[in-house]
Amino acid sequence: MKNLRLASVLPPVLVGITGLAMWEGAVTVFKIKEFLLPKPSSIWSQLIDEWGVLRHATWETGKIAVSGLLIGILLGVLLALITNRFKVLNDGLTPFAIAINATPIVALAPIFNVWFGLTGTFSNQAVVIAVVFFPVFINTAKGLNEVHPNEIELMHSYASGDWTILREVRIPNALPFFANSLRLAAPLSVIAAIVAEYFGGPQDRIGNVITSSAGFAKYDVAWAAIAMASGLGLLLFGSALVTERLSMPWRISGDIKDN
Amino acid sequence: MRENSEILEEAVSIRAADKVFNPDSDNEVQALLGIDLDVKEGDFISLIGPSGCGKSTLLRLIADLLTPTEGEVKVFGKTANQARLDQDYGMVFQHSGLFDWRDISANIELPLELKGWSKADRQARSGEMLELVRLEEFKDHYPRQLSGGMQQRVSIARALSFEPRLLLMDEPFGALDEMTREHMQVELLRIWRETGTTVVFVTHSIPEAAFLSSKVVVLSPRPGRIHSEITVDLGDRTDETREDPEFFKATTEVREALRAVEAG
Ligand SMILES: Nc1ncnc2c1ncn2[C@@H]1O[C@H](COP(=O)(O)OP(=O)(O)OP(=O)(O)O)[C@@H](O)[C@H]1O
Ligand SMILES: [Mg+2]
Repeated sequence: MKNLRLASVLPPVLVGITGLAMWEGAVTVFKIKEFLLPKPSSIWSQLIDEWGVLRHATWETGKIAVSGLLIGILLGVLLALITNRFKVLNDGLTPFAIAINATPIVALAPIFNVWFGLTGTFSNQAVVIAVVFFPVFINTAKGLNEVHPNEIELMHSYASGDWTILREVRIPNALPFFANSLRLAAPLSVIAAIVAEYFGGPQDRIGNVITSSAGFAKYDVAWAAIAMASGLGLLLFGSALVTERLSMPWRISGDIKDN
Repeated sequence: MRENSEILEEAVSIRAADKVFNPDSDNEVQALLGIDLDVKEGDFISLIGPSGCGKSTLLRLIADLLTPTEGEVKVFGKTANQARLDQDYGMVFQHSGLFDWRDISANIELPLELKGWSKADRQARSGEMLELVRLEEFKDHYPRQLSGGMQQRVSIARALSFEPRLLLMDEPFGALDEMTREHMQVELLRIWRETGTTVVFVTHSIPEAAFLSSKVVVLSPRPGRIHSEITVDLGDRTDETREDPEFFKATTEVREALRAVEAG
């Protein structure tokens, strides 16, 4: 088991280290201008020098991303449960949800600023909520719906009503679909938060650190902020994976058909 | 398992039942027409007929998963609806319909859980059932870790867990290879003898129907009607029975009935 873990962790770590080394080497050898692509070592030193600012910015952006993610998930799941109870609602809403989901919702950020104002953080949070909501809603609704008819008949043969079927069949059936949407939504929430910050809101966030450092030609600081943002995205993605593993012990890796 | 002191009664009795799907529309289908059928308690009957003749529909009428357009379906003297609410029957489909998220014991215990049995009682019963279908060592596995035949055995164990008086099976071995299938047939007969459950069994396979049943009901193509009922008495059946001239006679009789039906 331990060896297995090591075997699955080692290759990406090796590739990562090699990649960074090649990056460092390429920038030095080909004399690439720092404003085009700084060396990993200079990005690292900015990470340390500007740690206070970066840490604060990441924390604040992280709060928006995580809270928006949670609210978006909650709303998506709730609406999926409600539409599942009412077929008309489901049939009526799903095409629109899919259409909206296909549009770049982050592009709405400036409009959300007009709707919700720039004084607080809600405009930015609203962008995250909207970006998270649609995939969660669409996938969860699909999982609640796509139950094999025999499974429903089986439950009817036990004289079970709709609530029991929801609890025993539809919800567990929807879990893998929901988990897939989480894997999408978790990193999206960070992207959405940062893009929203490009368009306004409080000025001490990752998005602002990136734009203002780039504006002052401090590209290595901008890159350090991007590194922090990637870390945040990975952290949320990792949490989504852990949640998935813990909530679905029956999905043994390997023989799983992905939905 | 059950005392046989009760008076032998009709497990299923169907009178003049019709089933029309999507009535008064362009895709109206007359699936069943004028079905009269009696199944005695303890019987093992098979429904056989060409594809689309209404075998599954007939089984669903008995299960009250569909209601007849005309006529009457009684199960143990009650309406089919009452029998379903009383959970008088267990159901097995071609695809095991086990829930991925429940391990094998938990799948078998599902109907017991829904009935509000205590955990201890449930475990005791699922233990007995696992023994009955000979899968004791797999109780903590998940369905996807089992072969198709093993899953089908779990599905039978689940259907029998609450000791229903009637077992309804819709091509339960249809997806299995020939050897597994024959093995499962012998197992099913053993379980049937041990539990005394009445069985209504839908199949496509002539030898399967002849081997398992005390009565083979042959249906004609759409609209499904009962063409003939063939009584089979092979006594105690083992794998050797398949080479028995009596078995050959029974399969021939069923085959000829099916040919007659297909010829119209
Ligand atoms: N829910 C339904 N709605 C409309 N038509 C249906 C429905 N279920 C079955 N039918 C039709 O009723 C007829 C009988 O179907 P049924 O499934 O009972 O046949 P079957 O004998 O079980 O066939 P097979 O051997 O292929 O399983 C078919 O023509 C089928 O198309
Ligand atoms: Mg069928």
